[in-house]
Amino acid sequence: MSRNARINALLLLAVAALAVLPLVLGLGDHKEEPFAGADAEAETAITEIEPDYEPWFSPLYEPPSGEVESALFALQAALGAGVLAYYFGLRRGRRQGEERALTASGDATAPGNTPEGD
Amino acid sequence: MHIAEGFLPPAHAIAWGVASAPFVVHGVRSLTREVREHPESTLLLGASGAFTFVLSALKLPSVTGSCSHPTGTGLGAILFRPPIMAVLGTITLLFQALLLAHGGLTTLGANVFSMAIVGPWAGYGVYRLLRRWDVPLMVTVFFGAFVADLSTYCVTSVQLALAFPDPGSGFLGALGKFGSIFAVTQIPLAVSEGLLTVIVMRLLVQSSRGELTRLGVLLTKSATAAAKSGAVAR
Repeated sequence: MSRNARINALLLLAVAALAVLPLVLGLGDHKEEPFAGADAEAETAITEIEPDYEPWFSPLYEPPSGEVESALFALQAALGAGVLAYYFGLRRGRRQGEERALTASGDATAPGNTPEGD
Repeated sequence: MHIAEGFLPPAHAIAWGVASAPFVVHGVRSLTREVREHPESTLLLGASGAFTFVLSALKLPSVTGSCSHPTGTGLGAILFRPPIMAVLGTITLLFQALLLAHGGLTTLGANVFSMAIVGPWAGYGVYRLLRRWDVPLMVTVFFGAFVADLSTYCVTSVQLALAFPDPGSGFLGALGKFGSIFAVTQIPLAVSEGLLTVIVMRLLVQSSRGELTRLGVLLTKSATAAAKSGAVAR
């Protein structure tokens, strides 16, 4: 593994640790509903402060179940990850193509000419 | 940071919408200009929007025993400046409001204000400030993304405290309550977002050097020299 890849792997590991540690350490145990969403907790807090508050508008479309909702969240993440992967794949391919073209033309015209990266 | 549909009183909903609209309109103008003048940046724009899509779908456990998600707006703000991020953030929020019943149309203005306007501007401001002090690029990127993430959730707490002041302890009491739900939960997630943004920026430095130089994220040798000599002259 190159030094660059090793640093990236370490950074990813740190992110994973930050996500997993609260679970492992049981930091949600003191709660009635451990690891609920902060957005939902805010709704609860609003109804605590103002028990009479009624939401005056409801979503036009609501996923019918938790399963459908998680599917849509997965779709959102997959769309984003797909575009990101396309971008980096395309860049990598282009760079390799350029390098190959440079090497080829370098060989043809001036043999001693070392190709420069971009 | 998503204030749920219907959970802001109408007056607040309208006020935040009015406050956000000019930023988004201005952002659309910047975005179309960027695409027209530099068609080659369309791909990287797409990638920045995609990063926001991924990160705002990632609900992560936090130290407070609840879950929240990063925003992913720091990267685009650093690359393309905050006005463009206002548009990309709004698109993400619209997707979530319409398909996921996460956030909402009546609270869109407030959510856009926190995630697509204040977050990107705060993160970008910190990034620029640190760059001026010659802090290494990746450190500035980390803190830019960290601040963009955390400030978004602080704004959400303020918005809710303004709409629902505590009957006993008033605005500040409510701010403490919402802040402990949002801002404290968000601190480790903001660290995660900072690290993820650094990873993507490192990959970009390897793969898109020319693009980053054009956007002013990477300095060319002559630009660095000019900046140095400028600093000396001053």
